[in-house]
Amino acid sequence: MQFMLLFSRQGKLRLQKWYVAHPDKAKKKITRELITTILARKPKMSSFLEWRDLKIVYKRYASLYFCCAIDQEDNELLTLEVIHRYVELLDKYFGSVCELDIIFNFEKAYFMLDELVVGGEVCETSKKNVLKAIAAQDLLQEDETPPNALFDEHGLG
Amino acid sequence: MSSIKQVINEAVEKDYTAEQREILNPYSKKGLLPEQVRQPNPIRLRDLIRQIRSAKTAAEERSVVNKECAAIRLTFREEDSVWRCRNVAKLLYIHMLGYPAHFGQMECLKLIASPRFTDKRIGYLGAMLLLDERQDVHLLITNSLKNDLKSPTQFVQGLALCTLAAIASPEMARDLADEVERLLKSSNAYIRKKAAICAVRIMSKVPELLEMFLPATRNLLSEKNHGVLITGITLITSMCVQSPDTLDHFKKTVGNLVRILKNLVMAGYSPEHDVQGVSDPFLQVKVLKLLRILGRGDGQASETMNDILAQVATNTEATKNVGNAILYETVLSIMDIQSETGLRVLAVNILGRFLLNVDKNIKYVALHTLLKVVHQDNQAVQRHRTTILECLKDADITIRRRAMELCFALINPSNVRTMMKELISFLETAETEFKAVCSSKCVTAAEQFSPNTRWHIDTLLKVIIAAGNSVPDDVVACTIQLIAESGEAEQQYAVAELWQRLSAAPLDTQPLLQVATWVCGEFANFLSLVGGGVSEGEVVAVYQRILWSSQCSAVTKQYAITSSMKLASRMPGTNSLVAQMVSAYGSHLNVELQQRGVEYTQLFTRYDSMRGPLLERMPPFERSRLRVSQDAAAANAAAAAAAAPLANGLHNNNNNDAVAAVQAPSQSDSNALLDLLGGLDDSANDVPVQVKSAPLPPAGTGSLNSDILDLLGGLGGGGGGDSGGTLISRTVNNGGILDTGLGSASNNLLDDLLNNSSSNLNNSTLANNTINSTNSLPVSTLPSSDEYGSLTIYERNNLRLVMTFQRQDSLTTITLTATNSSTSCNITDFLFQAAVPKSLQLQLLTPSSTSLAPAASLTQFIRVNNPNKAVLRMKLRLSWFADGVKIEDQNEVNNFPPALWQY
Repeated sequence: MQFMLLFSRQGKLRLQKWYVAHPDKAKKKITRELITTILARKPKMSSFLEWRDLKIVYKRYASLYFCCAIDQEDNELLTLEVIHRYVELLDKYFGSVCELDIIFNFEKAYFMLDELVVGGEVCETSKKNVLKAIAAQDLLQEDETPPNALFDEHGLG
Repeated sequence: MSSIKQVINEAVEKDYTAEQREILNPYSKKGLLPEQVRQPNPIRLRDLIRQIRSAKTAAEERSVVNKECAAIRLTFREEDSVWRCRNVAKLLYIHMLGYPAHFGQMECLKLIASPRFTDKRIGYLGAMLLLDERQDVHLLITNSLKNDLKSPTQFVQGLALCTLAAIASPEMARDLADEVERLLKSSNAYIRKKAAICAVRIMSKVPELLEMFLPATRNLLSEKNHGVLITGITLITSMCVQSPDTLDHFKKTVGNLVRILKNLVMAGYSPEHDVQGVSDPFLQVKVLKLLRILGRGDGQASETMNDILAQVATNTEATKNVGNAILYETVLSIMDIQSETGLRVLAVNILGRFLLNVDKNIKYVALHTLLKVVHQDNQAVQRHRTTILECLKDADITIRRRAMELCFALINPSNVRTMMKELISFLETAETEFKAVCSSKCVTAAEQFSPNTRWHIDTLLKVIIAAGNSVPDDVVACTIQLIAESGEAEQQYAVAELWQRLSAAPLDTQPLLQVATWVCGEFANFLSLVGGGVSEGEVVAVYQRILWSSQCSAVTKQYAITSSMKLASRMPGTNSLVAQMVSAYGSHLNVELQQRGVEYTQLFTRYDSMRGPLLERMPPFERSRLRVSQDAAAANAAAAAAAAPLANGLHNNNNNDAVAAVQAPSQSDSNALLDLLGGLDDSANDVPVQVKSAPLPPAGTGSLNSDILDLLGGLGGGGGGDSGGTLISRTVNNGGILDTGLGSASNNLLDDLLNNSSSNLNNSTLANNTINSTNSLPVSTLPSSDEYGSLTIYERNNLRLVMTFQRQDSLTTITLTATNSSTSCNITDFLFQAAVPKSLQLQLLTPSSTSLAPAASLTQFIRVNNPNKAVLRMKLRLSWFADGVKIEDQNEVNNFPPALWQY
């Protein structure tokens, strides 16, 4: 996988993860182009796009589009499963995840993705293991926060 | 899906906004205005997000963001470590909105260096988002990474590994490879799996580090943990792809992989790795992919995996996407390795089933894969022809495109009639973006498989009608050529067909009008045989309609005006009316048309005696069938450019037209041209002008046409072959008929016109350049290009560029060969630009072509003069259209063989 983008139906970027280096300007251009192209597609169309020399796999969940760019030899259908797995994980973690959860807790969404996909490759195929790792790290964070200031001053809030 | 319910956004939004109303202004709680407080607590991330989201306009949002950025910068400057984490998190949100956030880079590094896990977590997240491998701050992050990779906390190690895998640069890869290698042997599965992916990244950045990780892979395949297994297989796969030696090394693991796959397929339900009844599809697909790489071209390895592939292909449930993902991968593996015939049929049948699936994604994948295998197993794919034709009518454009490509790959002599019928009806309703490609491909297929000329002509005409104005110029040229070289009966038929179109057609489809006027003019003598015979008055009326229409393009009018001249010489009764029309064009606003008008008027008045012979029927120009062999491409392009306008008797404004008109000049022609040039090699490097502009007479001319060509050959002026019109006036001028007779006024006018239209001399310039370049490569006298080897300078986006070198003192001639490495994509408008350091001089010669069919190549010569023996470097900029999609890329070449500039 070369990169993953999450964006809303209104075309607002909600998460971006790049596994291949591009200058900032190029990233913005790619993002803009892809968002426009994908939003213009009709719901009955396939989830795949051929774009430059990449294959784009996208899927819409409620108001959010999940979009991955994969290499020519990668499996499009399986990429849909990776996206689905990610959504399932977010759902388990947030409990009925919605776009707002991802907006307000974007860092958590990134942490989750980093446990599932590392360097553009799936690194854990067990949902349980991913959630366990996230829970353990959240616990580490909580332990560091002074109890009286839990959600107020020192946490990310 | 049931677990992810369609979220009622409003409800949640209310929830978040309720909170928002409470804390509308974070500062107000303390009853202080922000300006009065030197250092208020920075607002919380959530509050910032709320503020930004409540902004009504973009300007309002910008002001919120700017204000916050200023506050964040201030805190950063004060080296406040308490709020750093929160501020960086806010900055990351701002960055996602598209605002600049580079000033947070250093703060991320500080966070990473902090002992707190919260700080590290945000710091690494920021590093992955704000830094990439181009940043200079890498030295600093490398140290932190090194420390964290040694941390006793597995999650700190995990963060470091994850970051390294995402942003490692070659320097970081070198510095940290040892640590990663150590962690790859760790007893902790959580660390091991992430280290494996890191190793993949490190190897891809620094290939020579591959061997270092080789020993650690030994135990990866006997893992129980799926995370380690899948990342281990990923690591081995990328090793195999990177180095053929390693590929051999891993051949012995085929048995292990087969066993892993068998366990997955056979094992009962395991809740941990189950996806809708399939056991760990992610792992299965990875194994299948590695098997494919190991079995490719290896009979023994293929044999070992035959059974398991058959098992997966038959046992995987195909009702859900996840099962199909595995089947898809299995099919790819079966088709790629040396599998048994039965298995291959099974694979193609799976794709056939995919085609019938209602899921668009599955359908798309099927078409995509069939397109890949159609060349290996055409017969098996043919069986699904009807289904594929059905896909031409699909609502999804990507599916239609794939189906179209596949249909063209399926055409053979026995099905060409039915296939073409379907494709033409597809063409009629297709989107504009398809029409050009589709009509070009129709022409190629018709040429390749046409059962007879009549059918061929019919098909081309149908294509031109169906595609309307989207017909590319080469289709027009091909059709004209076909009719020109066919027998009289066919020509008569074509005239009848086209006359009907010409007299009735609306004037807004240019390509059709162009073909029709050319044919009706050239073969006007058949017009009297059409139906009850066409009267001269009718014909002229039609031409008048075209020539005075505002709907017709200038090119169409150029066709029409030349055609009307032919008409006049074939149907003498039309003479006076044609003369009238032509002279009216003598003052046309379009310079080209005006020139034609003036020249042709001269032919009606002063040089009436020359008119008949000049406008005689064109000899059918020879050409080799289909694509020209690539080695002669350069010479061919030259010959084509030089010969096309002459042979056509039509003026073509642009190079493409000219080149396309004689798409493939006969081999003998170009050989003759090469011979000619070859003969010159020994005597002179600089070709005399006469030779440069001397086009080769088309074979079979016995009429005055060839005399004119001969005459032209003797011209000293150069640029002879640019246009029919210019040709005529030049001939007149130089033939000594009228050195003084043309009168000063008209002579000047003609000269001016000639000068004005110098931009149209492109054709001949192109020819000259190409000939020049061919010529200035006296192959025999230069050291052979092997001495410097060849250099692949670019290999991406289905395009490969290879350079070979020849050097003579300070002058290096580089032969650039561009190859289209895709199997289906057509490259057009290929443009290669290059720059060299200032002390060098660079000259790019015209390429042999600008378009590339699949697997075709083109060549371009580049001359570099390097008098100071400076190090040769080159920056490249490339652009082309791949099936109509523009691709641009840049590259820098720093690895030229030093022998090119050293002695």
